[in-house]
Amino acid sequence: MIPELGSFSLALALALALVQGILPIVGAARGDARLMGVARPAAHGQFVFVALAFACQIAGFVNNDFSVLNVATNSNSALPLEYRVAASWGSHEGSLLLWALMLNGWTVAVTVFSRHLPEQVAARVVGVMGLIGVGFLAFMLITSNPFDRLLPAAADGRDLNPLLQDPGMVFHPPMLYMGYVGFSVAFAFSIAALLGGQLDAAWARWSRPWTTVAWVSLTLGICLGSYWAYYELGWGGWWFWDPVENASFLPWLVGTALMHSLAVTEKRGTFKSWTVLLAISAFSLSLLGTFLVRSGVLTSVHAFATDPRRGVFILGLLVLVIGGSLLLFAWRAPKVGLGGSFGVVSRESALLTNNALLSVAAASVLLGTLYPLFLDALKLGKISVGPPYFDAVFVPLMTPVLFLMAIAPFARWKNDTVPALAVRLRWAFGVALVSALLLPLALGAWSPMVALGLFLSLWIFATSAQHLYLRLRGKAAEGTAGSRLRAIPGGWWGMWLAHIGIGVTVIGITLVKGYEQNLDVKMTTGDTAHLAGYTFKFMGVSERNGPNFVAASALIEVTRDGKPVAMMKPEKRMYKVQQMPMTEGAIDPGFTRDLYISMGEPLPGTEAWIVRIFYKPFVGWIWWGAIFMGIGGLIAAADKRYRKLAERAATRRPATPAAAPAPAR
Amino acid sequence: MKPRHKRMLLIGGGVAALALSATLVLSAFQKNMVFFFSPSQVVSKEAPQNRTFRIGGLVEAGSVKREADGLTTRFVVTDTANRIPVTYKGALPDLFKEGKGVVSQGKLGADGVFVASEVLAKHDENYMPPEAAHALEQAQKAQKTVVQK
Repeated sequence: MIPELGSFSLALALALALVQGILPIVGAARGDARLMGVARPAAHGQFVFVALAFACQIAGFVNNDFSVLNVATNSNSALPLEYRVAASWGSHEGSLLLWALMLNGWTVAVTVFSRHLPEQVAARVVGVMGLIGVGFLAFMLITSNPFDRLLPAAADGRDLNPLLQDPGMVFHPPMLYMGYVGFSVAFAFSIAALLGGQLDAAWARWSRPWTTVAWVSLTLGICLGSYWAYYELGWGGWWFWDPVENASFLPWLVGTALMHSLAVTEKRGTFKSWTVLLAISAFSLSLLGTFLVRSGVLTSVHAFATDPRRGVFILGLLVLVIGGSLLLFAWRAPKVGLGGSFGVVSRESALLTNNALLSVAAASVLLGTLYPLFLDALKLGKISVGPPYFDAVFVPLMTPVLFLMAIAPFARWKNDTVPALAVRLRWAFGVALVSALLLPLALGAWSPMVALGLFLSLWIFATSAQHLYLRLRGKAAEGTAGSRLRAIPGGWWGMWLAHIGIGVTVIGITLVKGYEQNLDVKMTTGDTAHLAGYTFKFMGVSERNGPNFVAASALIEVTRDGKPVAMMKPEKRMYKVQQMPMTEGAIDPGFTRDLYISMGEPLPGTEAWIVRIFYKPFVGWIWWGAIFMGIGGLIAAADKRYRKLAERAATRRPATPAAAPAPAR
Repeated sequence: MKPRHKRMLLIGGGVAALALSATLVLSAFQKNMVFFFSPSQVVSKEAPQNRTFRIGGLVEAGSVKREADGLTTRFVVTDTANRIPVTYKGALPDLFKEGKGVVSQGKLGADGVFVASEVLAKHDENYMPPEAAHALEQAQKAQKTVVQK
């Protein structure tokens, strides 16, 4: 009964999405306040029904209803409760439903926070989001209904893939999806602006906080995914340039460019067309990412052959969204205009250069991800493009990005000169350069890549420190240092912290790439191994029973110069239902290094195991940097001025009688 | 500088930078593309010497041998028509098993032994790496045509 209720809710949500997608947009075009007023109630109704469907799906997983196909294929009665809940978004169907729920969550947020927007803009934005909802709900109902029954019901489920049975599975996908779907708001604002032909500083100001929050979610989602891969896969890697990772990295690169381009549009009224194009690209890449990962194309292009309807629908939806919005762009962009002019050396040009470089980087990732798929689909041979390609491309592309990133905040709008900038930044440059050349000697072997990475991050730190100092000293400013500190707006702190976060991440990547060490060694009880000054003593293996697995759990004592450092317990698990072995690494995290041990296989006929030991200097900084970026983004999005401007706009425009009845403020 | 010159400089610089980065990306792509070959293709000398490539198929039953150091493994990758001996030093992935699908990346030695730098076996017991499945399919087709002749 519950699954049918869920199916029915989805159908009702689709009907409401159609209403939400069509009436308000027609109303906005005709200036009909009654039609525009439909937007909010329809959006709220759609949210209620999608949430109900989502609850029905969770109920199916929690109650072990193995008469539902999705539950039977992805869950098991022995699976712990939290993973049964998480398993609901582990499958293709379930993740689409999560996507739809996120979309509705964002739409409701837009309806709540858009009261100060002109009625036409709000109606168009909510309408466009309704149309996106139509696409997803129809896709689910026609090709991938999560409530399809399995008759006769299975006695028990096939279990969730053991790799996914991890706290990471509970948090990573919802966070990532919040980011993916969040770009739909920026997209909807852009389409609304193209429809209305009004694209100005005010429009950019409305879009900015939404884009920033979406970017924060995506940043943290990618960070969680990377950390999860690091501790769960047992290979000590934190980024594999795997197509699935690339699918999330693509919208991040373009989203980063969009965030900065929006800033220029707001402050200077320029880059308008470019901003719209980036908003369309960011969302299109999010869609592409969702489908690439969830449709199974990446594991095999022939996955579509099992259900051609799915492939046709996805391609159709992508063509409609990307093609439709680009057509609209081509038709309306001339009306939007380019905006003001600026000099060859200026903050605008620095931001534009970085925008272009980020876009090229995104294009190169897209090439490396999609080209092998195309070749395979056209039966032209099988190739793979691995980390060497991406490394070779990313270092030269990101070097100027990071270098300019530190300069841009110092450059003046409209026009600046190179000599003036050089004078302003000479000390920061000198300090960063000298320390970058000397530091590698203190850390170990000197290598050009380590020096380059250190220089770029120290350059970001030094300029950030200088920027803060200039802010606090001010020119003939009144008041104490404390009052000046408080006067700095949230937007500036956000930028500052996020830029420092990039520097922190770059340090982590540089040092772990430059100085990591690892050792594969055969060990029996009592054996010791040495790596990077640490001694690892194998104390033995014992058996342990988990809820749905048995594990061989090793105990390894780590010492340094005779002093105890850690007791580490890597495991080799055998999951009973899927008969799948899993390596569960043990990590001793630290500020300057992680120690990481994973179990290889037991050597037949002996007591010995193959053990992999990793020494990972500064690896944690990679994720700490991302957390800094996330906090910075949140501070920027919460900047008071967005609210102040909203209040001012609201007081200026008294509520029109035809406006939608406010359900709750 | 007149505004017109400035604009031309900007556009010229932009185009040059774009061309440079496109060249960089495409040459890196060219250099780091890794081709896939089935054991039969390797036997018929289609695979390059001194260049990294991938082979895939099944790990032949009974072929997995460990060297005395415990770390080096020798096994045979087969597409049921032809077999290629492989050696790999290091811990093997969890799902590496005799009779199961495998893909390895590495170089072919002069003695015909494939020296693997990476051994990939994917995350699911029932899952066959697409390359390995492709190799088996090709070998079966080839055998059928031989029988028909």
